[in-house]
Amino acid sequence: MSDIAVRVEHLSKLYRLGEQRARYSTFRETLAGAASAPLRWLKGERRAEPNTIWALDDVSFEVKHGEAVGIIGRNGAGKSTLLKVLSRITKPTRGRVDIYGRVGSLLEVGTGFHPELTGRENIYLNGAILGMSRREIQRKFDEIVDFAEIEKFLDTPVKFYSSGMYVRLAFAVAAHLEPEILVVDEVLAVGDAEFQKKCLGKMGDVAQEGRTVLFVSHNMAAVRNLCLNGLLLSDGAIQIRGKISEIISHYLNSSHGQDLNKFFLESEEIRLVSLKIFQENYNNQIFMTDHPLNIEYEYEIKKKVINGLRIGFDLITPESVIVFRTFDDDLINHSVRKQGLYKSICTIPPNFFLGSDYYILPRIGIHNNKWISDNDTRIKITFDHILGVNQNYADHRPGIIMPALKWNTH
Amino acid sequence: MLNSQPDMEESEATLPGQLIHTVIEPPRGWAPLELGEVWKFRELLLFLTWRDIMIRYKQTALGAAWAILQPVLTMLVFSIIFGGLAKLPSNGVPYPIFTFAALLPWQLFAFALTNSSNSLVDDQKLISKVYFPRLVIPLSSVIAGLVDFAIAFLVLVALMAWYGIHLTPAILLLPVFLLLALTSAMAVGLWFSALNVQYRDIRYVVPFLTQFWMYATPIAYSSELIPQKWLWLYSLNPMTGVVEGFRWAILGKSNLDLFSLGISSVVVVALFIGGLYYFKRMEAGFADVI
Repeated sequence: MSDIAVRVEHLSKLYRLGEQRARYSTFRETLAGAASAPLRWLKGERRAEPNTIWALDDVSFEVKHGEAVGIIGRNGAGKSTLLKVLSRITKPTRGRVDIYGRVGSLLEVGTGFHPELTGRENIYLNGAILGMSRREIQRKFDEIVDFAEIEKFLDTPVKFYSSGMYVRLAFAVAAHLEPEILVVDEVLAVGDAEFQKKCLGKMGDVAQEGRTVLFVSHNMAAVRNLCLNGLLLSDGAIQIRGKISEIISHYLNSSHGQDLNKFFLESEEIRLVSLKIFQENYNNQIFMTDHPLNIEYEYEIKKKVINGLRIGFDLITPESVIVFRTFDDDLINHSVRKQGLYKSICTIPPNFFLGSDYYILPRIGIHNNKWISDNDTRIKITFDHILGVNQNYADHRPGIIMPALKWNTH
Repeated sequence: MLNSQPDMEESEATLPGQLIHTVIEPPRGWAPLELGEVWKFRELLLFLTWRDIMIRYKQTALGAAWAILQPVLTMLVFSIIFGGLAKLPSNGVPYPIFTFAALLPWQLFAFALTNSSNSLVDDQKLISKVYFPRLVIPLSSVIAGLVDFAIAFLVLVALMAWYGIHLTPAILLLPVFLLLALTSAMAVGLWFSALNVQYRDIRYVVPFLTQFWMYATPIAYSSELIPQKWLWLYSLNPMTGVVEGFRWAILGKSNLDLFSLGISSVVVVALFIGGLYYFKRMEAGFADVI
C-alpha cells in the first residue's frame, strides 16, 4: 500500500474526433448552434454526438516506487494520452489517479525554448518550465552545459544553433530533472547516435537510482534496457502487464503480418506447396534483428528436371534496391532433380538486417531457360531493432543492412 | 539483517508521508480556483514574465525606445488634434500633460489586454506538453507590461518638470490606481485568453475593441464633458475610474469622482472574479482544444 507511487483506477478519456479535425470552431457556428438548439429540442432531437473515441478505456494499474515501467503499443493505442493524463496536462473523462511524489514529465525536449534567447537564458527558462527551482538550476548549471557540450555558444541566441546543438541543450536540461516520478514519452530519438547513447546512459542512471519511471518508446531496445516491467496498451486498454520481455514479445506477436498462403505457384515442372518466412522459437510477425531468419520453400517436383531448376529469392528494400539474390544451388550442384516432395530452407544469419521493412521476391526458374515465378509477388517482412549490432547500445546505422562483422583489434 | 539497520527501515516507512499526494480526477463544472497552486508556481511566473520582457524588443532597431515613442507620439497627435484644433478643455493643466497622464495607464491596459488575450494561444506548445496552472501565462504577460509603464513614467516625470507641475499627496494613491488598471486588464484578459483557445476570432476582436474602448475612456477629453445623468453608464467602463484616478493622483487638479470610481471598481472586481472562475472552468480542456 505505502510503496505505491502511482495508482490508476478505471481511467478513461474520451476525445471528440470532430475537435481534432476542425480544431476550433468560430463564434458564428456556436451562436448558430445555440440558436437552433431549442428548436431541435422541441423536435425531440438530441444533439448529435460528434464522432468520439475512447483514447483510454477503463485502464487500471499500479506502479511501485522505484519501478521502471515501459509502456508500449501501436500508434493510437493511448500511450501518449495516458502520459498526458498522468502529467496533468489533460483531465480524464472518468476514473482516478493517485500519485505519491513529485512528477516530472518529459513529453518533448526543449518545450518553451525561445529562439531569441541565449543558451544560458533558455536553460533557466526551460528548467523552470519543467518544474525545477531557480536554485536547482543554478546548482546543476555547469553539469547541464557540460552534458550538452555547448560552452562556446552559451551566450548565443539558440536560433543560431545547429539542430544538433539545439537538441543536445534541450535534452541536457531535461536529463537533469530529478523528480521522484519521471514520465518520459519517446524523447530519446533525438540527436546523433553518439548523443543518443549518452541520453540512454543518463536514463539508465535514473532508473538505477531507484526512481520511478514511466517510459513510452518505440525503441524496443531502449525499453528493454531501461525497464524491468511493462504494460501493453491496445485500443486504449491494457492488454497485458508484466515482465518487459514478455510484453515485448507479446507486442511483436500481436502485430499483423502478411498472409503467405496466397502465394501459390505452379508450372509443368514444379508446384509450390508453401512458403514460410519465420524465426526459430519465435512465432512472430515482426522479426527481431538479433535472430536468424528462415525462408522455407516446400514444393513438389512433378517431373524430373535434368538441369538448372533453382529456387531462391531477391531481398529488396522498400526503395526497390536489390540487396542480394540467392538460389538453393549456389553452393550445391543439384543438377538432376527427381520427382518428389522437397523442402529448401535458406537461413540468413542474425544481426544482418536493419530494424526496417524489406521485401522478399521469390525467384523460381530454370537457368538459361525460363522464369517460373513472376515479378509482382513481393512479401513484406518487418524487422524490429531490438538490440542493435552493437551490444552496448542500440543505435541506428545508415545503409540498407546492418551486418555484425568480425573485428580484430591487436 | 533488517534489524541491524533500523534507521533504514524507519526512513523507508516514513517515506510516503513526505511525498506529495496528487489526485487526478475528471473536471467538475465550476471548480475551486486553487490559487495556492499558482503561488507554488511563482518562480515559473517570474521566469515567464522575464521571458516576455526579454523578447519584447529583441531584434528591433530602436529597442526599448519604443516604450517611450508609443505614448509620446500618441500624445503629440492628441495635443495637436484635440488640444490644438478642437480645443477640448483640460481641467486647467497643459493639454499634453493632461492627455499623457491618461495615456500612461491606458497603454499599460491596452498592452496587457492584447498580450494576455493572445498569451495562451502563443504558448500552446507549453500547454500541450507541460503541466502548470495556466493562469500563470496571462498573468505573466500582464505583469510584463509594467516595464514599458515604468519607462513611460520617466517621460511623465520629465514633462512635469518641464511644465513646473508639483506633486500633491494624492500621488501616494497612484499604486492603487495602477493595481486597478492591471486588474482591469487581467479581468478582460482572462475572459479573452480562455475564449481565444476555443475561438480564434478573439485575435481579431481585440485590436478593434481596444480602439473603440480608448474613445470610450476619458483620455483625449475629460469625463467632465459627460452629462451627469449618463455618468453612471459611462463609469461602467472600468478604465474611466482608472484614468480619472491617475489624473487626480498625478496632477492633483481635477476632482476625484468617487461615485464614478466606485462603479468602475465594482465592475472590475466582478469581471475579475467572474474571469477567474470562467478561466478555471475552461482550463481543464485547454490542452485538448488548443
